[in-house]
Amino acid sequence: MLRLEGVSKLFNPGTVDEKIALAQINLHLKKGDFMTIIGSNGAGKSTLMNVISGTLAADTGKVLIAGQEVQHLPEHKRSRYIARVFQDPMAGTAPNMTIQENLAMAFARNRRRGLRLGINAKKKKLFREQLSRLGMGLESRLNAKVGLLSGGERQALSLLMSTFTEPEILLLDEHTAALDPSRAELVLRLTQEMVEEFGLTTLMVTHNMEQAIRLGNRLIMMDKGRIILDVSGEEKKKLTVGKLLQKFEEIRGEKLANDRLVLN
Amino acid sequence: MLDRLLSIGGSSIEIGLLYALMALGVYMTFRILRFPDLTVDGSFTTGGAIATVMITNGYAPLLATVCAFFGGLLAGFCTGLLNTKGRINGLLAGILMMIALYSINLRIMGKPNISLLRIDTLFTHISSVTITMIIVVVVFKLLLDWFLHTDFGLALRATGDNDRMIRSYGVNTHTTTIVGVGLSNGLVALSGALVSQHQGFADNTMGVGMIVVGLASVIIGETLFGSRSVFNATLSVILGSIVYRMVVAFALQVRWLESSDLKLITAIIVIIALTVPMIRGSIRQKNLARKRSEELQLSSASGGRSDA
Repeated sequence: MLRLEGVSKLFNPGTVDEKIALAQINLHLKKGDFMTIIGSNGAGKSTLMNVISGTLAADTGKVLIAGQEVQHLPEHKRSRYIARVFQDPMAGTAPNMTIQENLAMAFARNRRRGLRLGINAKKKKLFREQLSRLGMGLESRLNAKVGLLSGGERQALSLLMSTFTEPEILLLDEHTAALDPSRAELVLRLTQEMVEEFGLTTLMVTHNMEQAIRLGNRLIMMDKGRIILDVSGEEKKKLTVGKLLQKFEEIRGEKLANDRLVLN
Repeated sequence: MLDRLLSIGGSSIEIGLLYALMALGVYMTFRILRFPDLTVDGSFTTGGAIATVMITNGYAPLLATVCAFFGGLLAGFCTGLLNTKGRINGLLAGILMMIALYSINLRIMGKPNISLLRIDTLFTHISSVTITMIIVVVVFKLLLDWFLHTDFGLALRATGDNDRMIRSYGVNTHTTTIVGVGLSNGLVALSGALVSQHQGFADNTMGVGMIVVGLASVIIGETLFGSRSVFNATLSVILGSIVYRMVVAFALQVRWLESSDLKLITAIIVIIALTVPMIRGSIRQKNLARKRSEELQLSSASGGRSDA
């Protein structure tokens, strides 16, 4: 479903600040794979997401989605295949527009946006059904402006908007990091439910090692623009935070130091 | 005295309605796209210039007015292109187009002003300009409301609200910006065409300061009549345009003010409309904060006592 071949990305090329963000990344995800990504700050996790989504263009290499090369397509064209939830709960929704207007815009992903009314009775029914799955009572607030919602509600709405039109690929960029623990847990549960229901091919960046182990069927660890660990299937099920730290030390020959990494 | 007030009020409504379409255009860029577009000063004149030149050359006034709309549309497209494809700051792109249009408008007119004296215009055979304009403005308001609720319109509104988000849903924000600024200037030019037919002439400087008049209408309207929804906001903008004309008309009745002070009065109205709500808001916020913290102190103090 998603294939990266020899993808590299340099920041500030030719200057003293030159930094290898991605170094010859090769990666292949099958349809329905749910991969978690961990790594210290500056390991290249977000760059990887940005190169897949088209926010950044790769310097070299190919990005293939469902067998099609997309590395030359701008972000708004790749969104036919890719949906994304950002870390900032404010980033995924339009605050001055209503809940149903936001859903209508998400619904129009990969459709032609013409001069038909964005909202009709049929869509309203669909939106209500979908919103009720969040269990937050948003289905009775279709006309409320999204800016009035709490961070957790906005993030849950962002998640729903990204998933209910069944994209080929779902990118989750630390999407629970800005929420308080109980809200984060709720959004995480919804993530798992929706990914399973729609069978979405998913990449999730997280700073929480326990989350990374618990969710998904594959886990990669990145460091200095490379994938240094790739665990899947049965082996992943047996992983613990302790084992993960130990592996990192074996590979890097140094202790994993990162003030943002949550160990349990 | 009462007669005089009534006649001032009546003519303010009439003029306010003529300029309301321009205010709706400014609302579209300033509020919807969050793009302070100064093209307006030029495109307003462009509308007047195209309409008067065509009418004096024997074309039907209606056709001339429609052409004026498309002239403004084109000018707006240029500003949008400069801003998106040329990556020029929105404010600067507008100023550049405004300056360019100054010369273009002179080219269209061939001289600094054209009179429509004793020539039939859209308003010649109309008994009540006010009633006609109410119908015209309401039709355009409803069209704009409808447009902003279509799939494309939603994407256009999101471009101003959260462009990163709407790009991630497959919208080319360059397209929405260009179309939005284009339509906005189309409305502005349409207003210019109507105003010049109403006053009986077009002048190369008729657009100077128009952006400020538009902003005044938008801000006064929203402050007085609210902006909860698009439907509400567009209505407010139209009423704002009328209120603005009334304020100006009554201000000019003051003995020591002269008609040359008009632009100064406009600037002061906008400054008041912008600052007063802000100051009022921050005072309210402070009072609320003080009240709440006093309440909290009180409740924690009483809680402490009950513990003891």
